[in-house]
Amino acid sequence: MMPRLSVWMVRAALIHFGLGFTLGGLILFHKGVPMDMRVWRLWGLHVDLALIGWTMQLAMGVAYWILPRFSQGNRYGRRTSFEWLALILLNLGVILVGIGYAFPDIARLILIGRITEAVAIAAFAIYIWPRVKPLAVS
Amino acid sequence: MPTLARWFIKSALIYFVLSLIVGVLIQARPAISLPPEIISLRPTYFHLLTVGWITQLIIGVGYWMFPKYSKEKPRGSDRLAWATFILINLGLILRAISEPMVAIQSKPDLGWLLALSAVFQVIAGWLFVINTWPRIKER
Repeated sequence: MMPRLSVWMVRAALIHFGLGFTLGGLILFHKGVPMDMRVWRLWGLHVDLALIGWTMQLAMGVAYWILPRFSQGNRYGRRTSFEWLALILLNLGVILVGIGYAFPDIARLILIGRITEAVAIAAFAIYIWPRVKPLAVS
Repeated sequence: MPTLARWFIKSALIYFVLSLIVGVLIQARPAISLPPEIISLRPTYFHLLTVGWITQLIIGVGYWMFPKYSKEKPRGSDRLAWATFILINLGLILRAISEPMVAIQSKPDLGWLLALSAVFQVIAGWLFVINTWPRIKER
């Protein structure tokens, strides 16, 4: 059984994957059959969607699902709120970075987005740390 | 492991090796006097690695390990999954052939091939999402 949080993370990762592929496809299409130079503005968001939104988020969601659980108390550990926080901040971060790349006038959003992503990853690392353990340890 | 998962993972392994060979060629260009056009392989190198290897490995393992869709169709639609496999690989191969040629302008008329490769990959990506989405569930 896949826990609810993993369902959210993996589904969010799938959305990022589809969008990331679509933006990448637009850029690649433009390389072959030039359309509009502004397509290149999508490059930063394409990279963020593919690497952070898709690959990393998928790994985080699957880790929450399959890493060893606890036999006492909450099977998923004490700090599950950190993982929810990671879900929210990671997705918010990718959106902010994307807006920053798309609109150069508010490019500072890229930095804010990157910080948001970094906090998300830190929350994830703090949460998941105790679950990286031998199966028998409670 | 289902047949299609093996195809995805073995193809991913081939892209992994190919991408690293291309990476070595790009890096070794000055030392072994390869033509400067070899630099134009850089985007191809990144995408053989990230799409051909990482993404295709994830798709293959996901197809095998994600929760089952139903007893009758444990892995969703096999047709969609095979279409994903064919289109993503066709798209990648087309890209690997046409992107360097278009980049160095020796064959600019091959641009339509690059555009076709983009279309194939985008369709493959969404087919994967559509087929995988219902399998991502609590029960």
